[in-house]
Amino acid sequence: MEIGLTHYLVVSALLFSLGVFGIVSRKNSILVLMGLELILNSANLNFIAFSKFKGLNIEGHIATLFVIVLAAAEVAVALAIILNIYQHYHHIDVDEINKLKE
Amino acid sequence: MLFDFVFYMFAVIVIVSAMGVVFSKKMMYSAFSLLFTFFGMAGLYVLLSADFVAVTQIMVYVGGILVLIVFGVMLTSKITGVDIKTGTIGKIQLTVGAITSVIVAIILLYTYLSVEWMTSQFQVEVPTTTHFIGFGLFTEYLLPFFVAAILILIAFIGAAKIARRK
Repeated sequence: MEIGLTHYLVVSALLFSLGVFGIVSRKNSILVLMGLELILNSANLNFIAFSKFKGLNIEGHIATLFVIVLAAAEVAVALAIILNIYQHYHHIDVDEINKLKE
Repeated sequence: MLFDFVFYMFAVIVIVSAMGVVFSKKMMYSAFSLLFTFFGMAGLYVLLSADFVAVTQIMVYVGGILVLIVFGVMLTSKITGVDIKTGTIGKIQLTVGAITSVIVAIILLYTYLSVEWMTSQFQVEVPTTTHFIGFGLFTEYLLPFFVAAILILIAFIGAAKIARRK
């Protein structure tokens, strides 16, 4: 069987559900971030796969580049917030962080 | 034949290391599994003739995001710390999470496999996509390009401001 669009879509579906499980099951906020990265990567794979099998439509590539830029910005801000939370609580368990201000 | 082999190799790398990210008990192992996931994704992009995106993936994800995440892991926790939900509530949450993600996987796989996707019959081959991406970014997508540039500038200034010690 020749490698077609569905092969890539299956990989992306598995990656997405693994990311969902990572977000739901972890209590450390950095590991939640890693699950988010998996989900963003699976979306990117879908963009690129559809772009390829629509006759190399370049718009999928541009959308992927924007997603990568936004992921970089998101991780930078999220890690800054996590470092602040760590200075205050001395742990980063999302279950026990329940105050926005003192 | 060789193409099929390379595709399956990269697919297995991506899925197995993503499982490593999600199921590993130690945070550092998760971070290093994420490295292999990102490299495997770059390989899949190359197979889909997206060379520029593959290189961007390696430079931004592996060179930037992963380094930030590893710094976050090292600054905020004991490297050998165990991070799995414990207790009764944790077990319930874990079970519900597993059921949710399995349902999501089944729905997605059913959709992807049952729909007859409209793919083009002929395969377009270009030597490199960089020229077309640059052309697109500076004509049709000029405004999103500048908005993204300003957004990432603001995000980095804000991150530096937030993370600074009081």
